[in-house]
Amino acid sequence: MTALKHPQILFASDLADGEVVFLGQAGWERDHARARIARDKEGAGALEAFGKAEIAANRVVDVYLADVEIGADGAPTPLHYREKMRIKGPSVRRDLGKQARGAA
Amino acid sequence: MTAHDPALARPNAPTTTYRYDEFDAAFVKERVAEFREQVRRRLEGSLTEDEFRPFRLMNGLYLQLHAYMLRVAIPYGVLTARQMRRLADIADKYDRGYGHFTTRQNLQYNWPKLVDTPDILEALAEVEMHAIQTSGNCIRNVTADHFSGVAPDEIEDPRPTAEFLRQWSSAHPEFSFLPRKFKIAVTGAAHDRAAIMVHDIGLAIETNEAGETGYKVVVGGGLGRSPFVGKAIRDFVSRADLLAYLEAILRVYNRFGRRDNKYKARIKILVHEKGIDEVRQAVEAEFAAMDRSVFSYDPAEFERIAAFFAPPPYETLTAESEKLRAESVAHPAFGNFVDVNVSPHKVPGYAVVTVSLKPIGGIPGDATSQQMRVLADASERFGFGELRISHEQNVILPHVKQDELFDLWKTLDAAGLATANAGLVSDIISCPGLDYCALATARSIPVAQAISRRFSDLSRQRRIGKLGIKISGCINACGHHHVGAIGILGLEKKGQESYQITLGGDPTFSAAIGEIVGPGVTADQVPDVIEHIVDFYLAERQENETFIQTWRRVGHARFKDVLRREGEDGADI
Repeated sequence: MTALKHPQILFASDLADGEVVFLGQAGWERDHARARIARDKEGAGALEAFGKAEIAANRVVDVYLADVEIGADGAPTPLHYREKMRIKGPSVRRDLGKQARGAA
Repeated sequence: MTAHDPALARPNAPTTTYRYDEFDAAFVKERVAEFREQVRRRLEGSLTEDEFRPFRLMNGLYLQLHAYMLRVAIPYGVLTARQMRRLADIADKYDRGYGHFTTRQNLQYNWPKLVDTPDILEALAEVEMHAIQTSGNCIRNVTADHFSGVAPDEIEDPRPTAEFLRQWSSAHPEFSFLPRKFKIAVTGAAHDRAAIMVHDIGLAIETNEAGETGYKVVVGGGLGRSPFVGKAIRDFVSRADLLAYLEAILRVYNRFGRRDNKYKARIKILVHEKGIDEVRQAVEAEFAAMDRSVFSYDPAEFERIAAFFAPPPYETLTAESEKLRAESVAHPAFGNFVDVNVSPHKVPGYAVVTVSLKPIGGIPGDATSQQMRVLADASERFGFGELRISHEQNVILPHVKQDELFDLWKTLDAAGLATANAGLVSDIISCPGLDYCALATARSIPVAQAISRRFSDLSRQRRIGKLGIKISGCINACGHHHVGAIGILGLEKKGQESYQITLGGDPTFSAAIGEIVGPGVTADQVPDVIEHIVDFYLAERQENETFIQTWRRVGHARFKDVLRREGEDGADI
């Protein structure tokens, strides 16, 4: 087991509608709180490998790992502001994106 | 009912915009069918993303931060009421009820689904619109002066030339895979409202000593990470030679432009590295050697195109409207609107109206579908059914009778479209930034909103006068920050959004790239910094000096000094 500096989750975009999705326990989730969390390099590698297979299967595009911190409730929150925005939607239109559905 | 009511005043009136011929219509329709098949193959899995990406980009479809984004071409910024209504309908049916007008005079939808894009393109094709060549390493949407055909300072309407170039460049087989994207702008006026000096090719319509109309050709301008002001490659190219000469430039660029490094691939780098003299020599050699017969100029064809842009059936009116004068006095808010957003028209009794898409605290360039419909209706009621999109992200109504300005203003005001700030400090150009764009490194819209709110007092804005603020959310400079009198560039610094301020940029014939005045600041600090700069300008300006004139007279060092004093040796600014 090789520790990561920060835990990671896998981001992607759904092929058909472009919405940001996260790899969860049983497939792609639209709520980052349900994302599977990699805590070591082996886990992150497994997420990445699954993501590549999903790209090959033409279900998602633009797959990458992002660093997160884990809250008291166990939910991951991205560390970087770019991904913080992706889990919500545009900061200037709170009526749009995932935040409009209360998912983030 | 007004004199402009098409049902009354101009039954079967000619359009003032280009209409597709059979070839255009068939070509666009075929492209939609082709893309529909490509999307089908992508969704069923027979095309990989790597295979599909160039196809979707050829049709203006990007994958952005939260969703796909579709960029729709508005050739030289000209729209009919029917087209504007269709854009609104698409926004409602396939997107989220709004659209974003860009500095390329295009419109972007921020939330389309891949599965819907063939239907969107089909809906666009029905009103002679498309998204072809709004992306990719090809010649992009040709842009032009948004006051074309109506500006009193105009030598010649640039729209026929722009349309000529659109037809030449569309699906041009030799220039569909250039080293990088390629942007052309045209102006036909004494004042450059099309920013031709910062385009890959800028064309200025001019008349030579023999009285012949032709073009000054500027090459190698551009913004992005390496900003350059273009250089004149020829002071005069006759209309007969225009296409062949541009063909020669593109051939030289296609041959010698760098393909080893995308950041050095634009023609501006070629001009910078080789020098304009060497590039000119290569272009002239190509021009002399090439078979020009295929580009032989057919004056009848140019006139055929130009006829589409013939002046609409204006009425004979007095130059100054007494009605307008009285209403301006009686209604100060309207008077302000007239003073700031209404420009002179070449035809007596008419005016050009700039509809600001920059309400105080709003998102620059955004219009709701309802606002789009209001603008479409207003263009028919007050202006022959024609609209323009400016590279400043505003909408222009180009043919409004002075007598009808008050009624127009009331219509616009009711729709939240009457902000009297055209060209003022809150008329801010802003790219979508990190709120939408996958390339951005920082947000730009919230910064624009904060500055707009800080200067919300329109009377204060008028005291400050014309002052262009332009904001980009990354080094690609879609918000044209390099040519803002005050430019703001959003970057990432140590994991935080940071904003670099430049001063002295100028997008006109006297083009200049802005100079950095200090270290980056946080988003919260930007309005204070802008206010210090503006206050210093107001304290220093002489008589009616513009910001740029004061900047050029006073100099970089003193502007920098005032910020340093405010920020403890520049540490906080």
